[in-house]
Amino acid sequence: MSVKEAMGCKEHFRKAVWETPFHARTSALNIVNQWHAWKDYTTADAFFDEQLEYAAIRNACAVFDLTPMTKHLITGPDALAFLNRLVTRDVAKIRPGMVGYTIWCDDNGQVIDDGTIFHLREGVYRLCSQERQLDWLTRNAFGFDVTIVEDTHDVAGLALQGPTSCAVLKAIGCTGVQNLKPFAIGFFQFHGTELTVSRTGFTGDLGYELWIEPAQALELWDALFDKGKIHGIRPMGTHALEVARIEAGFLAAQVDFHPADQTIMADRSRSPFELDLGRLVDFGKPCFNGRRALLAEQAKGSRYRFVRLDVEGNKPARSAYIYDKDKNVVGTVTSAEWSPSAKKNIALASLHMPWGRPGDELWAEIYYQRELKWYKVMARCQVAEQPFWDPPRKRATPAQDY
Amino acid sequence: MTDRSRIVIVGGGHNGLVCAAYLARAGREVTVVEAASQVGGAAVTREFAPGFRASGCAHLLYQLDRGIARELGLESHGLKFARRDLKTVALAQSGDHLVLDAGRAVAGTLPDSDRAGLAAWRARMLKFARIVAKQHNRLPPRLGGGGRADLMGTAKLGLDIRLLGREDMREFLRIAGINIYDVLEENFESPLLKGALAIDAVLGANLGPRSNNSVLSLLHRLSGEAAGGGGPALPAGGMGAVSEALAAAARAAGATVRTGVPVRRITLDGDRVSGVELENGEKIAAGTVVSNADPATTLLKLVGARNLETGFVHRVRHFRHKGMAAKLHLALEALPTIARLPSELAGERLVIAPDLVYLEHAFDAAKYGRTSPEPALEVTIPSLSDKSLAPAGKHVLSAVVLYAPYDERANGEAARRELLDRSLAVLDRHAPGLRRQVIASELLLPADIEREFRITGGHWHHGELALDQFIMLRPVPGAAQYRMPLSGLYLCGAGCHPGGGVMGSAGRNAANAVIASERAA
Repeated sequence: MSVKEAMGCKEHFRKAVWETPFHARTSALNIVNQWHAWKDYTTADAFFDEQLEYAAIRNACAVFDLTPMTKHLITGPDALAFLNRLVTRDVAKIRPGMVGYTIWCDDNGQVIDDGTIFHLREGVYRLCSQERQLDWLTRNAFGFDVTIVEDTHDVAGLALQGPTSCAVLKAIGCTGVQNLKPFAIGFFQFHGTELTVSRTGFTGDLGYELWIEPAQALELWDALFDKGKIHGIRPMGTHALEVARIEAGFLAAQVDFHPADQTIMADRSRSPFELDLGRLVDFGKPCFNGRRALLAEQAKGSRYRFVRLDVEGNKPARSAYIYDKDKNVVGTVTSAEWSPSAKKNIALASLHMPWGRPGDELWAEIYYQRELKWYKVMARCQVAEQPFWDPPRKRATPAQDY
Repeated sequence: MTDRSRIVIVGGGHNGLVCAAYLARAGREVTVVEAASQVGGAAVTREFAPGFRASGCAHLLYQLDRGIARELGLESHGLKFARRDLKTVALAQSGDHLVLDAGRAVAGTLPDSDRAGLAAWRARMLKFARIVAKQHNRLPPRLGGGGRADLMGTAKLGLDIRLLGREDMREFLRIAGINIYDVLEENFESPLLKGALAIDAVLGANLGPRSNNSVLSLLHRLSGEAAGGGGPALPAGGMGAVSEALAAAARAAGATVRTGVPVRRITLDGDRVSGVELENGEKIAAGTVVSNADPATTLLKLVGARNLETGFVHRVRHFRHKGMAAKLHLALEALPTIARLPSELAGERLVIAPDLVYLEHAFDAAKYGRTSPEPALEVTIPSLSDKSLAPAGKHVLSAVVLYAPYDERANGEAARRELLDRSLAVLDRHAPGLRRQVIASELLLPADIEREFRITGGHWHHGELALDQFIMLRPVPGAAQYRMPLSGLYLCGAGCHPGGGVMGSAGRNAANAVIASERAA
């Protein structure tokens, strides 16, 4: 076992919040000057107008600086065995050149985090996570011949999301990128260095994530915005991404679930089944973290159900209690937004079993304030069986230009 | 093909043999595979010099469960005692030795207050030790999420403590987690008496007298006596004789006991055990594997961390199991003469721990990875009462030496020679001329004990006996009921409740757990 932190981190102590390699460009473009710290990096909430940034995601393309996402390079003879014990799905099925979405649990079958496994080359993996995981990965590495490098700072990352994203990539020289299938990885030459492109994202749409050495970060940004101008490229902040994320139905750690290694109360964490991610649990593997507990849960039944809700009206049901028809509290909304694309008032919610079956009569208790006066709405909710945003272009290969 | 009904027991230590005997008596097909050429694990009698034999690790029997001895008919299987109820002689440099017999001072100078206090102290300690003893043969309750039986188990433990009565309960709860130094200082004046009482609290443990948990460690040692088992005893033929009798009992019940067959790994079939693979390549199929090996050996080496879940592996890795005691064996030309000690007392249990500070200083060095400059010793000369151990007219001295840390700085030949020399210097002070009587010597450091008896860390109890590694927390939370989180795998050694000491309860409890889970399945 060998665990390293990337060398790029060594100057970090000089600043409490760091800047990404794209900061020279993002700071110049951020005319509303709205920022927050995401995993200790300066990150834009918005650049010019969050509605228009969102519109760019769905109608043209938008760029998001995802350098702060925690990344780990995992190599060594036992890399596959290590990952297979760590996560719930079968990593052997993620072929070289492919990405897999996954979750990982503690021994109690409670979700610690979710993320993506990039099988970059035969036996070389990158694990991206929402939360910092080096401590947990280090514990997991005992008994395995594996090398783990936390290289968050050594890899600059951008998400390029939206219908014109493929056209922009072709324009900067990624010849053949349209042939990448969803979750596939391609390697391209860019200004003498390697640009890694994966057809992945957090928007539920056609889109890509780009990975490059920090030294080439600004050149990549400039090329995208130069060639992307006629394709309507825009920078986007986390507010716009958040709307797209909820439309796509993706989970955010600390929002839709609380990482099991951080919850204080035993019943505050969630299992994969309780997050509607049972498809990512492969009991065919003889040993992975949480397996015994998850088998027991399968036999005994889960405590919660995770659902998409279509909420009556237009007031987002943020953090709303969910009631049954007899006004018993049966759950809570975890994420909610007005969806401009679906033209629906949408929510993600965690409900106590057995609630959340299609057709259940559910009500959201929504409060909002107007000029110091509170209003309350009891809004009827429908359990949505399909995602709110799932356009065919997300999957179409070769990807079109639009 | 897995033979689900067969049970393989990895390791023929005393607990493995007890477990085998009970499972065989219950009609199970049991095979014990022991790596060494003789059964017993650390409870063996070894020849350390031509014609001289000594108990390899522990040399006194304190806690052998009387019920187990009776049920398995150990006496009919050849177990005899050379001595029972040994007195304790606290050696004084001045020659004013203190002799304790079942807790009464029968010789030596003591202030009147100590003499009176000693009886009350002993009564109270035995009363408290009975609480510990009562837990020995119970399945530890599960913490959190358990069923009715677990709640009842916890309630029983609470009730045992409550039934001590208000005053004793308060005292028990006050001292159970603290250190023996403070408690002895509250009760006694005589430095020699305090030293002699304190050594029982730290023997074999990673504790000095000022370390918390040392009172608990003392209560554990007294638990055998508290349960009516009498004082320390010397089995005829050494500790190996206990193991031989257990092996005979297991064989008589129908178990197969094989020696000289080290296990390479515990084999798996999907998510459950399928048997064992021996170092010689032979595979034995079994639906149940019970391991008498320590938790780290069993889980991290024989099963492998990758076949277990991470949180569990993390807890097992941090089970504290670093040995602190060395074992000294001397082949002597003649019976050593201990200054001003009547010769009839030389065969008793002799302790060299003149005061509490002496013990604490000995521990200080070990705390920082060095052997003690002035070691404390528990000495027996078993050949006085057991002629089988040495050639006629010659003698064997067996001593537990405190402290020898399991640490690379205190390992190897130089460290061994140094500690041997220091031990001889301390002995020679009390028995002038002893050095010249030595024909052969052997000093086993914890690393030697680890190697020879296959105990990770060389800890006599497979792991510290401390509140956080006790009863329902032993060896680790989530695995305290002998059943490991891998279907078909059990632990039955000292790493489980109720811990170390040649007791046998862990073996019997594990057998009960195997039978109970078969019924539940």
